[in-house]
Amino acid sequence: MNEASLIGLLFATVSFGALLYLAALGELLAEKAGVLNLGVEGMMAIGAVTAFIAGVEFRNPWLALVIAMLSGALLASVHGFFTVGLGAEQVVSGLSLTILGLGLAAYLGKDYVGLPPGAELVPVEWGSLSELPWVGPILFSHAPIVYLALAFGIAASLILSRTRLGLALRAAGESASSTDSAGHSVLGLRLSAVAVGGALAGASGAYLTLSITPQWAEGLTAGRGWIAVALVIFGAWRPSRVGWGALLFGGTLALKTRLQTFGVDFSPIILSMLPYVLTLLILLIISIQARKRPSPAPAALGLAYRREER
Amino acid sequence: MNQPSSISDKEPLSVELTEVWKRFPGVVANAGVELAVQRGSIHALLGENGAGKSTLMNILAGVYRPDSGELRIHGRSHQFRNPADALSAGVGMVHQEFRLIPSFSVAENIVLGSAPPVIKTGQLESDVAEMAHKFGLEVDPAQPLWQLSMGERQKVEILKVLWRDAQVLILDEPTTVLTPSEVDELGQILRRMANDGRSIIFISHKLHEISGICDQATVLRQGKTVANSLPMATTSQDELARLMVGASPAIPNRQKTTTPGQALLELKNLSAQSDRGVNAFSEINFQIHSGEIVGIAGVAGNGQRELADTIAGLRPSNSGTIIMNGTDITTESPHRRFQSGLAYIPEDRLGVGLAPQLSITDNAILRVYRQQRRGPFILGERALSYCKDLITRFGVRAGNLSGPIAALSGGNLQRLLVGRELDGQPSVVVASQPTRGLDVNGVKAIQDLLIEQRDSGAAVMMISEDLDELLAISDRLLVIEGGVLRGEFDPRTASRQEVGMAMLSDTKVSSKP
Repeated sequence: MNEASLIGLLFATVSFGALLYLAALGELLAEKAGVLNLGVEGMMAIGAVTAFIAGVEFRNPWLALVIAMLSGALLASVHGFFTVGLGAEQVVSGLSLTILGLGLAAYLGKDYVGLPPGAELVPVEWGSLSELPWVGPILFSHAPIVYLALAFGIAASLILSRTRLGLALRAAGESASSTDSAGHSVLGLRLSAVAVGGALAGASGAYLTLSITPQWAEGLTAGRGWIAVALVIFGAWRPSRVGWGALLFGGTLALKTRLQTFGVDFSPIILSMLPYVLTLLILLIISIQARKRPSPAPAALGLAYRREER
Repeated sequence: MNQPSSISDKEPLSVELTEVWKRFPGVVANAGVELAVQRGSIHALLGENGAGKSTLMNILAGVYRPDSGELRIHGRSHQFRNPADALSAGVGMVHQEFRLIPSFSVAENIVLGSAPPVIKTGQLESDVAEMAHKFGLEVDPAQPLWQLSMGERQKVEILKVLWRDAQVLILDEPTTVLTPSEVDELGQILRRMANDGRSIIFISHKLHEISGICDQATVLRQGKTVANSLPMATTSQDELARLMVGASPAIPNRQKTTTPGQALLELKNLSAQSDRGVNAFSEINFQIHSGEIVGIAGVAGNGQRELADTIAGLRPSNSGTIIMNGTDITTESPHRRFQSGLAYIPEDRLGVGLAPQLSITDNAILRVYRQQRRGPFILGERALSYCKDLITRFGVRAGNLSGPIAALSGGNLQRLLVGRELDGQPSVVVASQPTRGLDVNGVKAIQDLLIEQRDSGAAVMMISEDLDELLAISDRLLVIEGGVLRGEFDPRTASRQEVGMAMLSDTKVSSKP
């Protein structure tokens, strides 16, 4: 193992970490409002394909990112319409969304497979910071979306803990009837949280096709949306902990792709199981703790709300 | 409708409801209700379960929309689309089931819905503490809500409404979860708020409580106003009871003529843990004989619920034995216990006793579905006829038998549950709070059923927080406190005070040698 490959591994850790963080943050917002959205994988795929198409067609990476986020939000709103609006079963709707998103992405992208990218998000120039040994190449040579992910995370954390909006959003996820009788619109809060969550998943997908692997192919998201769902549980529904979790899980993804460069003979298949084994372990710990104190999961997660139901 | 009432014109009306109608599928909850509340008064809204009190108040609080009718607050006509509209018009409601969030702090719960855009926790908590102090409702704003007792939670609910500066406060059966001293305290708090110019609507069906607290009373029966703003000072409890029930009020049975037979249920040194892992009760020893009702008296949370669960097989015991009909059933499954003649009426009707979203028929056959089947299939016809039979025999008023059972009112739910449990002629009946929250007729019906079981030779254990009820119908009375039996009383001779002392003390007392 040499210095360059270790730096490469850590760079990829941060990069994959940001990819996962964006999607997980979106899922966290939706879940904090009480809506489980298992469609992250589908929304990521839609984000990835629309960003790539927009890049090819308009040659502007920022426009591509915005389109990807809007597409993600739109797809998420389908889930919002069924689960929040009509009170449909969230697990079923979310799973359908993943299948719909993956299928739709494959359909939209079929003419773009193998094309060279029309636009890419180039790494941000941090001046002398980028020149620092170790720190420069690992932290200060990423595409702007990585720093956006961090900014979103800090913003989400502050909004959730320090604002009226955040209080209302958390309340909607804990007890819809309390939130309603306090005068907040449960419908509005949940629909917007789901839509913003979709936008973040779309941004995560866009990061794939605008920077990490700048091309389109079916199955590009490769199950990372599911890791994002798991990360929310892993991080106990807290933006900061989800952030550290994203780095950890990003590390396992990076290790898998970079293993060859170390010349280590270890099955990458075993490695790709690691995030899920970690998640199971965390679920175990949470369940054991839940015997003593309330679970960190939003109490109304997955429950539809109808005001006049008796 | 009835005559316009004796409201004086000196004080302006804070609430005026006219001709309010509200229908739910299969039920008319409000059929042209009238209500007029004076400013600065405490107004009782009385009625049996299912009389339409909660529905009416949910309309006033903006939770339900009325089908028709007029709603005036301080003289101005309103049409609330949601609770936010009602709150901004100054109407706040404290629901029977608290609308509180366990994982939030007290302060967060109070300010939810009217927090400043940016929350500074320290500032907010001191504001909340200041307001709480002003109204004499001392709470710790930083404490997580799940650590609070029911009485404290109710203070938080009231503070929530006061924080929004509500001028009209609706309290839906606020005393159900309170201890007697907390009820007195609540009365004082409400009086202070009324003197402050606020109006309070106090929903209840406990006459002895409201007579000490309220100024006027409006009585609902079957969705209609039967008496409008009666002054409490000149109205007797008997009169109110007659208005509520429609006929002369039921007097509880006091038959205690049977002589107990052999012991059907025997507990030997029984102990079990609570959900929190501490001892819920320990070293419990008693027998219940054929043909007697043994009452278990105690303040809620002293191990009664766990004791009932343990006998029913829903909670493992740590040590000791349970003997039923001479057989040790300590380790048997709940189903085996049921088969060998144990009926269990749990405290939590809709959670433990019934499955809320299942149909009335499905709930009726839950215990005996094995008899309603051919091979793996439930026979719909046979299940339905069984359900119809049960409903007729136990006087359940139900509309659609294939609709979810949660749509039934509390009294009808309990009749169905009790009917289902008592149907198989059990030898031992364990009833936990079987009459709590029921109206006068419902209470009597359930008590009659238990007495009937006793007279036909069953051993009945009845847990209740209502001491008067236990003194009226049980043949022996055991007092539980801190998970330990503190004494045994003969209800024929024991005084309310004696038993009450035992419920609150931590030493053994007894009226019997």
